[in-house]
Amino acid sequence: MAVKVLNPGLSTTVQDLGRPGYFHLGIPIGGAMDRLALRAANLIVGNDEGAAGLEAVFIGPQLEFTRDALIAVSGADMPIKLDGEEKPSWTGLKVKAGQVLSFGFLKTGARIYIAIAGGIDVPIALGSRSTYPIGALGGFKGRAIAKGDELPVGNAGSGKEGQSVPEALRRRPGMPAELRVLPGLYWHRVTEQSHQNFFDDQWKVAPEADRMGYRFRGGRPLQFVERDQPFGAGSDPSNIVDSCYPYGSIQVPGGTEPIILHRDAVSGGGYFMVGTVVSADMDLIGQLQPNTPTRFVKVDMDGALKARADRAALLDRIRSVFN
Amino acid sequence: MKNRYSFGGDEHLFVECDESMSLEAFFKSLSMTNAVRDSQIRGVTEICPANASFQIKFNPDIIRPDDMLREVQAIESAASKTDPVIATRIIEIPVFYQDPWTHETLMRFRERHQDPQATDLEYAARINNYSTVDDFIAAHAGSPWFVSMVGFVAGLPFMYQMVDRPRQIQVPKYLRPRTDTPKLTIGYGGCFSCIYSVRGAGGYQMFGITPMPIFDPEQKTSYLRDFMVFFRPGDIVKFKPIGREEYDHTVEEVAAGRFAPAISDVTFDLREFQKDIDGYNARLEGMINGR
Repeated sequence: MAVKVLNPGLSTTVQDLGRPGYFHLGIPIGGAMDRLALRAANLIVGNDEGAAGLEAVFIGPQLEFTRDALIAVSGADMPIKLDGEEKPSWTGLKVKAGQVLSFGFLKTGARIYIAIAGGIDVPIALGSRSTYPIGALGGFKGRAIAKGDELPVGNAGSGKEGQSVPEALRRRPGMPAELRVLPGLYWHRVTEQSHQNFFDDQWKVAPEADRMGYRFRGGRPLQFVERDQPFGAGSDPSNIVDSCYPYGSIQVPGGTEPIILHRDAVSGGGYFMVGTVVSADMDLIGQLQPNTPTRFVKVDMDGALKARADRAALLDRIRSVFN
Repeated sequence: MKNRYSFGGDEHLFVECDESMSLEAFFKSLSMTNAVRDSQIRGVTEICPANASFQIKFNPDIIRPDDMLREVQAIESAASKTDPVIATRIIEIPVFYQDPWTHETLMRFRERHQDPQATDLEYAARINNYSTVDDFIAAHAGSPWFVSMVGFVAGLPFMYQMVDRPRQIQVPKYLRPRTDTPKLTIGYGGCFSCIYSVRGAGGYQMFGITPMPIFDPEQKTSYLRDFMVFFRPGDIVKFKPIGREEYDHTVEEVAAGRFAPAISDVTFDLREFQKDIDGYNARLEGMINGR
């Protein structure tokens, strides 16, 4: 045991890069909402990029280290304190046995990632250490961490104190946040005018925003193309025969409030979807606070692949810092 | 019935076999996902069948989206030439209809229901023109069901009954979803039955409960030691009505590690099924436990 939870924060979970391969059974990929931030924190402390760390949302935990450790905190901008003394983010920090890591109030962003050299060594469940609380699967006993928990940590590698990710390589959402969307899926269910409005309007993150999905408000309601509802679809025009839901897909129940499904997505359901946030921008959603003004930006497949390549190039630049 | 293809961002290919639910659309979704799995296309990471559609997750760094689309379209044209036959299994699921636990729960959420004066079963029986709840239960348990999708949350099966469309039961979901549903509740919404794999929120009407766990992340249940999720898309399910005594007994047997679900491997042929639905179903049921 190496880390004792003095205070868990709001909802702090063990996450790695997720468990692909079980979505057809309703078990989502899970893993860090902001994957770039977790990878970066792991690189700083000399871990594999996919080592398990802690993801904390809005409020940081208070952790006591029972042995010396090398740690890094990335992601949202939230003051980091070791025994009350402020420390830099995105930087390798030496922690002495007995020291307490705590956090100040969140400034920007939504989620911090705490990587510890050696990684959080909870048992692997279906190929991953990520926590899936609905299924009581993975992580620390299948749930968010709680006061009094003692988190096991693996053996540290070759990370060094003081290494950091340069400011320019820390990716953050803009203001307003811009999320690139490839229209599709059931896009044809709404009118041309609504197609236009969806991308013209400014939306705002609703309070209902978590690892499963992010809800948005404030844009004009979508108008549906009239049709007789197909057998099995249900009576509301926003209903479809229950289908799979892609990660990042945007469903709009009743045509009013778009919901973007995230890492802990439900795998399917009966609401039509207007399109999908490109894979490259999923990390950004993980850093959106409620009330953040947000624009959806229309891209085609070439635009989506370009965004993907840009993100991969950014990750390569982060990696090159540590080689 | 021709597929409609659409990309879900840069990592998903979404394929709608039909806008409407039907056994034919489900069968096409299932057989195509089987064919995609067998073809072992490089870069495919997840293959998810749904009721009348399916989804393939792929890594566009390994296979370009357009190439992915072409591969699956080629499988569609090949699939139209192969026999509509799948190998699957039939499973008997004991159900305690009108049990006290779902009854207690539905009474708590009456103000969210279309018909607060009736139970979920009374309401479902009436709007489907059954004169008694017993007749309705006889129809629900009388013909088998295809597991047309596993998901929403961990291990939850959606099931579509293997009868022709005029005999399909249809029931709307609750007006507003409940915040609670007992674990292992047999639910109904639209034209689908389901089994709630975990306790939690839900909007489906509640008909009964099964004593048989279907999801066990700790893998302590005897028949879930190899894998924590019981159902697979394409499974055929037959509900067996049981009373309180058998329910309690089964719960004890499960806890003692002695319960084994009745399962048989079967071959399903869509053409033979369509020629004589009831006769075909009767033969399928006869195969449970090799009877």
